[in-house]
Amino acid sequence: MRHLLSAADLSYAQTLSILDTAQEMARVSEGPVKKLPTLRGRTIVNLFYEDSTRTRISFEAAAKRLSADVINFSAKGSSVSKGESLKDTALTLQAMGADAVILRHSASGAAHRLAESQWTSGSVINAGDGTHEHPTQALLDAFTLRKHLKAGVGDLRGLAVAIVGDILHSRVARSNVILLSTLGAQVILVAPPTLLPLGVETWPAQISYDLDATLPLVDAVMMLRVQQERMEDFFFPTAREYSHYYGLNNHRLTTMKNSSIIMHPGPMNRGLEITAECADSARSVIVEQVANGVSVRMAVLYLLLAGSQDEDGVLIS
Amino acid sequence: MSVAMPAVDITRVLTRISHEILERNNGSESIVLLGIPTRGAFLAQRLAKMIQAIEAKEISAGTVDITLHRDDLRMKPLRPLVPTMTPIGGIEGKDVILVDDVLFSGRTIRAALDALGEIGRPRSVQLAVLVDRGHRELPIRADFVGKNLPTSRQQAVKVHLSEIDGIDEVLVENIEAS
Repeated sequence: MRHLLSAADLSYAQTLSILDTAQEMARVSEGPVKKLPTLRGRTIVNLFYEDSTRTRISFEAAAKRLSADVINFSAKGSSVSKGESLKDTALTLQAMGADAVILRHSASGAAHRLAESQWTSGSVINAGDGTHEHPTQALLDAFTLRKHLKAGVGDLRGLAVAIVGDILHSRVARSNVILLSTLGAQVILVAPPTLLPLGVETWPAQISYDLDATLPLVDAVMMLRVQQERMEDFFFPTAREYSHYYGLNNHRLTTMKNSSIIMHPGPMNRGLEITAECADSARSVIVEQVANGVSVRMAVLYLLLAGSQDEDGVLIS
Repeated sequence: MSVAMPAVDITRVLTRISHEILERNNGSESIVLLGIPTRGAFLAQRLAKMIQAIEAKEISAGTVDITLHRDDLRMKPLRPLVPTMTPIGGIEGKDVILVDDVLFSGRTIRAALDALGEIGRPRSVQLAVLVDRGHRELPIRADFVGKNLPTSRQQAVKVHLSEIDGIDEVLVENIEAS
C-alpha cells in the first residue's frame, strides 16, 4: 500500500493492522517523551485547500511525533490565490522532495488524481476530498468505538452505530459506512430524505428517517455537522425544525443504552445537531476522538512511510 | 546445520545468569528485567521465574519493543509493532537488565537503549544474552553471556524456545552463498 485514498481500499486485515499499530502509538502519546525517531529525515506536506483545524493539526502532531519534517501549505495566502493549479503546486512540492502529501481539497477525487498522476512520487493521503471520503476520520472513529465498546481488541462485530444528519454532503459518513461495515458493525443512517444521497440504498447500511426509533437500538451515535457552506439549496425548512427532528438533546440521550457513546467528527454546531449538554456529557467522546486521531495518523504515516519503498504492503497483508 | 546448545545447556546457563545478576546487583531489590521481543521476552520471563525461586519474592519482568527506534527501517520491509509492557513501578531509578537471545551487530541493543529513554531513566542498564556470536558494529558488550559462539558472517544463529517453537535449542546454519 502506498497511498491511503479511500476506506474501500482497506481490507479487513489491513484495517485491524492500522488499529493495532495505532494502539501502540497511543502509548507513546501517553508517555513522558512524546517523540520517536522513526521518520527522521522524511518530509511530509500538509496540502490543505480547505479550512481545517483538527485534521491539519492532528496530521502535523502525528508527523512531528515521528520526527518527520512538516511543511504546512494552505491555499489561503499561497500562489493558489493567484490561480496556480493543483498540478503546478504538486510539481513544486515534488521538486522540494516531499515523501508524503496529505491532501484536503474541495473537489471529490482530488486525492485520486494526485496519486495516479506522475506529479508526485510520494505517498498521497486523502484528508478529505469534497463530499467523497475522509478515510483517517473513519479509522479514528473505529479506533474510538473499539476502545470504548470492545475493550480495544478485535473488530466491531455486534455493534450498531447510528450516523445522523447531513449524509448527503458528508465524506465522514461515506468513509465510516465502508470502514465500519468492513469491521463487521451494523450502520444505520438517520437523516431527512432531502439529506440522503442518490443511490444510498446500495450502501452497506440501513436507512431510517426516525431518530427517536433508532436511538434505543444503537451502541454509538455519530452526529454529523450540518454543512451550511455546501448547501446551495433548501434541504430543511428551518434550523429549529431540523434540531427538533434530528438534533441530539438530553431527552433523546435518556432513551439510549447506558453504555452507549456520543461521537461527532467536529466542528460542532452547538444547538443545531447537538445540544451543549450532550456534547459535554460524560458519554460524549468527542474530545477523545481528537486525541485518538493523532495515534491513528501516526500509525498510517508509519505504515505508509517507514518501510523500504519497493516492498509495498509487506506488513499489511 | 548443527546444534550449538541443547535444551539442558540453555537451562543451565540461564540458571547461572540468574545467579550472576543477583551477585552483581547485591540481590533483587532494584532489578527490572526487560526482554526484547520476540524471544528475548520469553528469556526475561524465564530469568524472572528463576530469580524468584532463589530469592522467594516477586521479580518484575516486562518487554520493550524497539521497532520504532531501529536504524534499518528504511532498508527492510515493515515490521508489525509489539506491545511494550513496563512492569508496575516503572524503570525510574531501577537497575534494568535487558534480555535478548542473540547479540550480533549490537544495533538492536542501541535501539533498545533509545527506547528505554522514552519510558524513563533507570539507574543503570545491563545486558544479558543467551548467545554472543561476535561481529559487533557498535561499541556494545554484554554483561551476562550464556555462551560465546564464534561464527562467521556466512552463518546464521537460530534460537528456538519451547514457548513458541516447541523446543529449546540453539542452531548454527550455513547460509547458502548468494
